[in-house]
Amino acid sequence: MSLELMKGNEAVAEAAVRAGVVSYFGYPITPQTELLEYMSHRMPELGRAFVQAESELGAINMVYGAACTGYRTMTSSSSPGVSLMLEGVSYIAGTELPMVIVNVMRGGPGLGNIAPAQSDYNQMVHGGGHGDYRCIVLAPCSVQESVDLTVLAFDLADKYRSIVVILTDGSIGQMMEACELPPMQPLKTTFADWAVQGCEGRERRFLTSINLDPAAQEEMNYRLLKRWIDVEANEIRCQEYYMEDAEYVVTGFGSSARIALSAVRIARAEGIKVGLIRPITLSPFPRQVYADLSDKIKGMLVVEMNAGQMLEDVLAANRYRTPTDFFARLGGVVPFPDEVLGEIHRMVETPISTDGHPRDRWLARVLAKG
Amino acid sequence: MQTEIIIAGFGGQGVLFGGQLLAYAGLDEGKHVTWIPAYGPEMRGGTANCTAIISDEEIGSPLVRYPAAIIAMNRPSLDKYENQVKPGGLLVVNSSMLDRPVKRTDIRVVEVDAGEVAGKLGDKRMTNMVLLGALLANLPVLPLSAIENALTAHLPERHKRLLPKNFEALREGAKYLLN
Repeated sequence: MSLELMKGNEAVAEAAVRAGVVSYFGYPITPQTELLEYMSHRMPELGRAFVQAESELGAINMVYGAACTGYRTMTSSSSPGVSLMLEGVSYIAGTELPMVIVNVMRGGPGLGNIAPAQSDYNQMVHGGGHGDYRCIVLAPCSVQESVDLTVLAFDLADKYRSIVVILTDGSIGQMMEACELPPMQPLKTTFADWAVQGCEGRERRFLTSINLDPAAQEEMNYRLLKRWIDVEANEIRCQEYYMEDAEYVVTGFGSSARIALSAVRIARAEGIKVGLIRPITLSPFPRQVYADLSDKIKGMLVVEMNAGQMLEDVLAANRYRTPTDFFARLGGVVPFPDEVLGEIHRMVETPISTDGHPRDRWLARVLAKG
Repeated sequence: MQTEIIIAGFGGQGVLFGGQLLAYAGLDEGKHVTWIPAYGPEMRGGTANCTAIISDEEIGSPLVRYPAAIIAMNRPSLDKYENQVKPGGLLVVNSSMLDRPVKRTDIRVVEVDAGEVAGKLGDKRMTNMVLLGALLANLPVLPLSAIENALTAHLPERHKRLLPKNFEALREGAKYLLN
């Protein structure tokens, strides 16, 4: 096993190359730019396509075209850039094409700042573009997992004709950690019966997202839904830490889960029976994990770097059975482990109130502090 | 066991590379490592800092509020980070660029006139190596040889001729040993 020390953004780029991506289209934006920069020399070196588009809008529509060929294709950006791409994302979903998009999230809304944040959860998990479609959303929490999930992303995209989002953030993108890269895969040589690569000698195929007949469009929507049932049945991934005897649970995804893990370890050393649940697939969401939480769990703390976007999915999955509190830092502020530890202490010392919404109680605590 | 180290200074002082060397060396020694820069619209001469963590187990947060050790390469870094060193922790300062003493008394402080030391060795740009040497002499996290190996492996080929001088800078720094 050979371990390399790599920046998250560059590790994702190299993993995509090894997973057989044939074309990359993008536009620079911090904190994602190293990914594009890496591709700008790596792709031509292998005779593959790299295009720095005139904008994110251009990039996503180039991906749309490239995806029609059935070859593996991708783009990457950061929050405001991804917002620009969403029309194209909806069109790609409407045409049922596989593609991978990496969102290295930064502080928002608006142009915001370039610090790490998690405030695009809803954008990626619950919509973004118009219409009834879902993306598979993968949330790595380390450089190694960024590599592993990048390879998985291309496989899932092909398997389900789906858009797969790798939802990471400035922290994981800029961080260097050890990782083991996958072997170089051969490029695809067989293609699905919808791919368009020239129709000499066969019936012509037609790929589009426009469908003026509502009944036919309804059929298409059913098809997407049926496919999603398979995704939910087969692709949910979630990691649990110290849950065997846990009386308290902390949960979060990506960077917040890592920060929470540090706090959970300190709390464990203090004798507090606390565990951690980290969804790896945000979509499909590991609903059953939260639905099945033991009645013995006295309290759950949801930690995010947004104002409680995953919180709503946790509450819905858990059906408010477990007393739940919320903690977050916003706008690009990254919480330190001791802040999360303080919240664990509070949860253990005072029973969680079930009065009102966890977000409202959290905000009241923040405002009371001034 | 986990050791967190912040290196802070001006852009151009080798702050980020110094941290990367710690990470490379930790990895070569079979440890878990993270390296994360404070990134922003940075430029040469602006402030720069990074956090390196070396650990025996999977690392949680890549950032900590109170690190075990800090290298402050200039006055703004000392002002910003002096109060963040964990009580009992280690603060290594580049006294060549300071006009005030360290105030904390509950931490171990190593004052190194690293700019002068590096200058005498032939190049002030080795200030970061002198300070790294002083850090590792007083923090039992990695042997100096691990940094030397990391330098040998990761210094760009065109700079390889500078290796002996850098080793010398590390060893000069390591002479600043606290009791």
